[in-house]
Amino acid sequence: MNLWEHITTFFSVENYNLFVISIGSGILCFAAGVVGTFTYLRKRALIGDVISHSVLPGVAIAFMLAGVKNPVYFLIGAILSGLLSIWIVDFVQAKSKLKPDTILALTLSVFFGVGIVLLTKIQHSGNAAQSGLDSFLFGKAASMSLGDVKLFSIIAIVNIIFITIFLRGFSMISFDENYAKGIGFNTTFIKSFLALLTVVTVAIGVQAVGVVLMAALLITPAAGARFLTNSIGRMLLISGVFGFVSGWIGVFISYSGNGMPTGPWIVVALSLFTLIAILFGRDRGVIARWKLRKSNNIKINNENVLKDIYKLADKGRNTLSIAQIIEKEKYRAPVLISILNRLEKNDFIDQIRGLVILNEKGKIAAREVIRKHRLWELYLSKYFQLEADHLHDDAEGIEHVITPEIEKHLLKLLQYPEKDPHQSEIPYE
Amino acid sequence: MNDFYIIFTASLVAINCALMGSFLVMRKMVMLGDAISHAVLPGIFIAYFLSGSTGSLPILIGAAFSGIIATLIIEWFTKRARLQSDAAIGVSYTLLFAIGIILISKFGQNADLDQQCVLYGEIEYISLWLKPVFGLFELPKQTIILLSVCIILIAAVVWGYKGLFITTFDPNFALSTGIAVGFWHYFLMSGVSLTTVVSFESVGAILVIAFLSGPPAIAYLLVEDFKKMLILACAIGILCSALGYYAAKWLDVSVAGSISTVIGLVFVFVFVAVNLLKSKRDVISA
Repeated sequence: MNLWEHITTFFSVENYNLFVISIGSGILCFAAGVVGTFTYLRKRALIGDVISHSVLPGVAIAFMLAGVKNPVYFLIGAILSGLLSIWIVDFVQAKSKLKPDTILALTLSVFFGVGIVLLTKIQHSGNAAQSGLDSFLFGKAASMSLGDVKLFSIIAIVNIIFITIFLRGFSMISFDENYAKGIGFNTTFIKSFLALLTVVTVAIGVQAVGVVLMAALLITPAAGARFLTNSIGRMLLISGVFGFVSGWIGVFISYSGNGMPTGPWIVVALSLFTLIAILFGRDRGVIARWKLRKSNNIKINNENVLKDIYKLADKGRNTLSIAQIIEKEKYRAPVLISILNRLEKNDFIDQIRGLVILNEKGKIAAREVIRKHRLWELYLSKYFQLEADHLHDDAEGIEHVITPEIEKHLLKLLQYPEKDPHQSEIPYE
Repeated sequence: MNDFYIIFTASLVAINCALMGSFLVMRKMVMLGDAISHAVLPGIFIAYFLSGSTGSLPILIGAAFSGIIATLIIEWFTKRARLQSDAAIGVSYTLLFAIGIILISKFGQNADLDQQCVLYGEIEYISLWLKPVFGLFELPKQTIILLSVCIILIAAVVWGYKGLFITTFDPNFALSTGIAVGFWHYFLMSGVSLTTVVSFESVGAILVIAFLSGPPAIAYLLVEDFKKMLILACAIGILCSALGYYAAKWLDVSVAGSISTVIGLVFVFVFVAVNLLKSKRDVISA
């Protein structure tokens, strides 16, 4: 079968089971993305990891007690052992000098180890119904039973509804817990309720991706969404949708490439979304910030060179050779030449046969930089009582950042001064 | 003899992990170790895929570079992309682990690897691959590799003790006196990656994390001096290996899982004892 046939069969109504399972897996991942947004914002990504590893013994014990594969028992077992792990982490942290990271790693591995012990016990006891338990390790969303999928989807939807109802409280404790407390929120209740929702989400999410990769389902979509928006509502929605699409893709690949585990593919799809968001996010993305930094560097270089030329010209040299500028200011020749060419293009200077002349526009720009520099020096010496020889370096950086508004403030505050702390004149237009 | 092989092998892993883990615990970087132990999977797969089922030491050292790459990726996420550090760890290790699992489930038969083995190893079957050492006695192939790495790590810790110690306990002082803090960071991470990679076939990722965090944490609760802590952590690791193995044999369960469980029980015991003693002392001094 080629890809297209795969896709058409995937969507056809005859394949009702598969259709329901793929949508169900999407809903599980949607819920995880939404709940995980708060895990991410509260910087508890690694706790998510602990919870997901810790559900394993609960599932195994539930199976041993019930003797059958019953999703409701699994869920109860998973939720109880997940909650226990959170409690242990908090308790040990309060009662010992161990640091959080050690406690997290230890809790995670011991719970998982106990889970493995129980799992192998069940396997060796030869219980025929145990065959499905392995899927908790890496997830087999594609082979979930229809009944399970429906049950989990309903729980996921209930979860999402709760999140919507408690959105304000959850957002408050994610951004400023103390403030939330101060204005009368019952933060203990909100935190516990959020923890419960997280554990429930993990307990159903492990069915899709398995315990090892569950942390990704919580964190990865939220991390990506954070690069696309500053609004929490949009962030919840984006990371939910990331999750949904990935959950769906995972089942699709698992179905078409037979025997492929679902969980890893869901995680790969999620990570791809997130990487794209991290790279191309409009304001916070890596590329956007790289561009901004580059344009800032250009501005700083331009302003520094203009300033240097102006100062040299001030000492009676109206035309300067490039060599003179290099000698005075220790630029590397190719760097300086490219900056000068850029300045000429922007019409700040004229270059005639290797000589550099500052034109009117260039002089105004240079005076502006020098004025900001000296105003800042004056401001520092007057209001922070800094010594005269401590002022220059700070002003050297800040002169490129001061906006016209700040400059106006400074001028007013310092009452349009004439001299800076070094008794140099402050140039005006 | 089989018992001895298994306990000896597990103890070697325990020593390797205790040496690295003690530094990780004091540097508050155990979760980074956790991430590395999962993230080396693609590297391990490539190593086994290239060499068939015989992972030899040079190839495994090559695979250990994947741990360093994982560290670099996490650093890129935090420094360049300015992702908060917990999320950077979570996002990177799950992705690398997922890629590793996909590779194994697609090509695993050729490389003699399977998914479960990644998590809890095959220490039970270790004596199926015996090899003579210097023509004197026989050891399992895995054990020989682990023993070589153990010697390498002990040598590295002895040689680099000063640098590791000072960058762990007073990084600001180290920085101000011009000690290459970055070098020692990667030095340690290389050790962690190597440990994880060579331990994985015998004990799997989970026991590595239990060994990295458990014995050092227990030792830290008991002693103040760092050198004593290192040695005590090794001893606790060996003790847990032996207890865990016999428990597993008795209950007929996974050895790796059983050792993790024993580590947990020993921790609970020490934790409760230390707290009881402390509250008693508090009562007396009050």
